[in-house]
Amino acid sequence: MLYNEPSPLEVKVLTRRFGLPNSASLDTYLATQGFEGFRKALAMTRDGIIDEVKKSNLRGRGGAGFPAGLKWGFVPRNSPKPKYVVANADEGEPGTCKDRLLMEFDPHSLIEGMLIAGLAVGAKAGYIYIRGEYRYLIELMDRAIDEARAGGWLGRNILGGGFDFDLYTHSGAGSYECGEESALLESLEGKRGVPRIRPPFPAVSGVFQCPTVLNNVETFCAVPAILRDGGAAFADLGTPKNGGTRLFCLSGHVNRPGVYELPMGFNLLRMINEVGGGVRGGRKLKAVIPGGSSCPVLKAEECDLPMDFDSLAKAGSMLGSGGVVVMDETTCMVKAAARIMRFYAHESCGFCTPCREGTAWLRKLLDRFHGGRGTPTDIALIGDLARSMLGRTFCPFGDAAAMPAISFVEKFRHEFEAHLNGRPCPFEPTGQLVEV
Amino acid sequence: MTFSPELEARLGRVIASCPPGRARSALVPMLLYAQDEVGAITPELVAEVSRRLNLSPLQVEEVVSYYSMLRRKPAGKHHIQICTNISCMLVGGTELFDHACRRLGIGNQEATPDGQFSIEEVECLGACSWGPALQVNYDYHHDMTPEKLDRLIEELEKPR
Repeated sequence: MLYNEPSPLEVKVLTRRFGLPNSASLDTYLATQGFEGFRKALAMTRDGIIDEVKKSNLRGRGGAGFPAGLKWGFVPRNSPKPKYVVANADEGEPGTCKDRLLMEFDPHSLIEGMLIAGLAVGAKAGYIYIRGEYRYLIELMDRAIDEARAGGWLGRNILGGGFDFDLYTHSGAGSYECGEESALLESLEGKRGVPRIRPPFPAVSGVFQCPTVLNNVETFCAVPAILRDGGAAFADLGTPKNGGTRLFCLSGHVNRPGVYELPMGFNLLRMINEVGGGVRGGRKLKAVIPGGSSCPVLKAEECDLPMDFDSLAKAGSMLGSGGVVVMDETTCMVKAAARIMRFYAHESCGFCTPCREGTAWLRKLLDRFHGGRGTPTDIALIGDLARSMLGRTFCPFGDAAAMPAISFVEKFRHEFEAHLNGRPCPFEPTGQLVEV
Repeated sequence: MTFSPELEARLGRVIASCPPGRARSALVPMLLYAQDEVGAITPELVAEVSRRLNLSPLQVEEVVSYYSMLRRKPAGKHHIQICTNISCMLVGGTELFDHACRRLGIGNQEATPDGQFSIEEVECLGACSWGPALQVNYDYHHDMTPEKLDRLIEELEKPR
């Protein structure tokens, strides 16, 4: 059963099998053009496959939006080392709940996408790193992998094409940081999820110091359609530099929250009002976090914009992982900022001092502020502290924590001021001081 | 330590997925899968896993201390994990968590005296569009309300 009703405005490429009977089975997959992309890829050269992915303008769906074809092209050809394909299924960016659905309703598309990637870079094995909380998906993916192997789609000499490839699931055990690519690789090797310095990037030195293609689940799931229907057809669904569709996760104060597949460049206000059925209770929109909690918040008046990587960057935010968090006029922005910072302070791996100390102090400052014990100088201090983290950490976590804090203080300074001098939070229904 | 045949099969699958000479790679899933059966990461379990993967106990300990799902003490039989992160918070996750604590008379990361229930406030579970969300052990429950949570607890309290 699907988790939410589909919207008539959706363009279903990656989610086309959602809702079909036994959509996760190999039979259903094969009956609906499953492995056709792989069949085509098998007859192509490595460069031909990578060119097709480049043509599709597919950009990484994990958050950074890096062109997938370009990434695959970085894997060295003549390295004597074995090569690996790794899917990042450590979905944990607050606001994001899409990879879960792709694995639950169409696990074979992930398998096929990774198979094609393996073919393109000459890998013989792949790992799907799934967050530990998604245990049911580990079991489901294991069953799908067994089914694909029994059907001859994994293993030795697949389709008699002389290509060997096998896939394995790998469980995390509770860590947001392991969604960061280099920390994920450490975890995959049985270590603490502490990031690695880059370069070298995973394409050159990834898991076991071997060349590794590492992409988000949704990125891999787009690949079968790209090979099947051609990169150009996928590119045409989106905007010039942002190919295809993507799964947007609408959450928060909307009438119809849910995961919806929409073309890249879909207008954010339309997404909220037409796909999501508008703001709950007829209230006014106050703010939107457009791509997961790491993305700077947008004020309501900034939301009339196309949802693609470049437009969001121009607006000073990010498209991120597709988690669209909608906040109405009753939301206390100090409380929202404080809750987000509590998350980052909890999840910082502690390796880089600016991140470990910065997130902890920002959490204390924001909690104190929401508790009515902030001082006027704290407002500037929050911004200064957050800015001092930017660009000073091994991995993007420090920036991911600092950027939303900066945006909340800059854009909603008046709400911070309204909490000053021991005044109760104006948004708490009881009008009481908040215990922290 | 002896494990059930099901757990041995699962661990075997993880070990088989590691390239030759890379058995350490199995560490994180092994610890989690074994914890599910043992109830917690006990000193005996650390010793067993380090023996099987040819690691020092310290190498295992430092990994245990990193991951939030790995715990030294057993949780309740029904471990209720409630998300209060931003998306769930906006639709009542915090109130749901407070309700659960009041209802069971325990606080965050505590268990009821009979060991039946424990509560943990957790970070994003990946159910943002269907919040507030919680997990009882590994089972997801979406679009929760305090009333639904009461019914769920009553259901779990029934002897089976």
